[in-house]
Amino acid sequence: MSTAVTTPVGRMTSLARAELTLLGRSKGTLFTALLVPLVLPFSVRAGVKQMDLAGTGLSVGTIVVPAAIGFSLLFAVYAGLVGVFTARREELVLKRLRTGELRDAEILGGSALPVVATGLAQSVILAVGCTLLLGLAAPPALYLALLGLLLGLVMCAVLAAVTSAFTRSMESAQVTTLPLMLVSMIGSGMFVPLEVLPDRLAAICERLPLTPVITLLRGGWTGDLSVSDAFGPLVTALAWIVVGVFAVQRRFRWEPRR
Amino acid sequence: MDINEHVIEVTDLRRVYGGGFEAVRGISFSVGRGEVFALLGTNGAGKTSTVELLEGLAPPAGGRVRVLGHDPHTERAVVRPRTGVMLQEGGFPSELTVAETARMWAGCISGARPEGEVLERVGLARKSGVRVKQLSGGERRRLDLALALLGDPEVLFLDEPTTGLDAEGRQGTWALVRALRDSGTTVLLTTHYLEEAEGLADRLAIMHRGRIAASGTPAQVTAAQPSRISFQLPDGYFLGDLPPLAELGVSGHELDGRVVRLRTQQLQPAATRLLVWAERAGVELRGLDVRSASLEEAFLAIAREASASKEEEFAV
Repeated sequence: MSTAVTTPVGRMTSLARAELTLLGRSKGTLFTALLVPLVLPFSVRAGVKQMDLAGTGLSVGTIVVPAAIGFSLLFAVYAGLVGVFTARREELVLKRLRTGELRDAEILGGSALPVVATGLAQSVILAVGCTLLLGLAAPPALYLALLGLLLGLVMCAVLAAVTSAFTRSMESAQVTTLPLMLVSMIGSGMFVPLEVLPDRLAAICERLPLTPVITLLRGGWTGDLSVSDAFGPLVTALAWIVVGVFAVQRRFRWEPRR
Repeated sequence: MDINEHVIEVTDLRRVYGGGFEAVRGISFSVGRGEVFALLGTNGAGKTSTVELLEGLAPPAGGRVRVLGHDPHTERAVVRPRTGVMLQEGGFPSELTVAETARMWAGCISGARPEGEVLERVGLARKSGVRVKQLSGGERRRLDLALALLGDPEVLFLDEPTTGLDAEGRQGTWALVRALRDSGTTVLLTTHYLEEAEGLADRLAIMHRGRIAASGTPAQVTAAQPSRISFQLPDGYFLGDLPPLAELGVSGHELDGRVVRLRTQQLQPAATRLLVWAERAGVELRGLDVRSASLEEAFLAIAREASASKEEEFAV
């Protein structure tokens, strides 16, 4: 028999454990989440090699590593969680969970935990792997990279919940996740560093959700992002997270539409 | 523990959906500790909309709900550890097994009983290794019931607990609800099976189009309704050949082809007089059916009144 009173941590652990079992049984999600981020960096690397990076202070490695982590955040965490939240809502699991002692944030947090942990592990493996393969030096500003990764994980989980609010089914999840994924891949400095973009366009792209994450990650490896330079991206990332949390509180749907 | 304590109190409760549809239109009732209370009604009567407010899943548009003295929506943290909920449609990840589902739920609630014991109680112990997607509809219902019971709740909400169950499963659920009541659990259930409400409920309310049309003990609700006698008119006889209906003690009648239906508040004298007449006239009343007022009669009468008032609305 379990203890008399449950705690938020205990409840979330129990939920996360069930979600981990489900993740292991969902072959499609696993394939996308694990394989795509491992393969994509190599295609990026081929393209980056042809770019004129003279004067940007960037190398192939400092573009590929943040891009690889960005792919992991988008494919494994963001798209994966939109699927998880939507599937659980359509199966009425979220409604069921809300009849119990779990608070709303615990339901979303506990459900997200296995996927977020997968994204974290994958990012670490990608970072270590790419650093070794591309002969990069160890990141001189590791704290910036870790900050970027942490913000990226939280932001992708929050934005996944927001996206799920507008996603009616697992099928439509393939469409609703596209805008953020495409915009991030094109405009957040994953393929194309903002440094090579026109200033006006770069200024807009700096405000995109994933841009500060990529900027901080890259700063971790180049070491030329000062603390004051990091402040802007940090504020942008936090703003997106706050807006996302607000949107979830207001707009998240716990039951399928009738 | 006060025996008269109201575990559930509902006052002038209203629920309005996004599109402006008013599903619950000002209902009031209370349920005492250890009582089984049934909300009865046709599909769309507002039963589930009401129960969801009691479960605290949504705030009411108007009126007040108290469960164990608290608001189940705003004071969720206080109420939830003491309630068990079985939704109308289960919500389980289809790829988890029965045991995994129960373990997950047990980790999310206070004072959970051992999962095996509860699965045993609903007759699912042998299915514990089976994935939810492979369960039959009835088995899913029983898994949902098991989860609702897992925390040993003081108050149990069961939304159509026996829909989709076979006769045996239904009997099993009824026995379980009676045992729970005997051990002091307060049960609020919804159903559209009249015999379920009649057999299980200490008190009930019949809902129709968002309002409570009748409420009380099953005996009180049926007592307001007339009993019925029906038979086929003997060959060569007309309705006018029967003894005057007022003399029989009949309050109303219908003729449907050759079938006569009589309504009466005094079943025994009316039936006696009719049979004495038939005996003397030497005729056989084929298809003779004499029955006391039932919940079904009450239910149909409410539906009839409602459709009559609907016609009035249209006439205006």
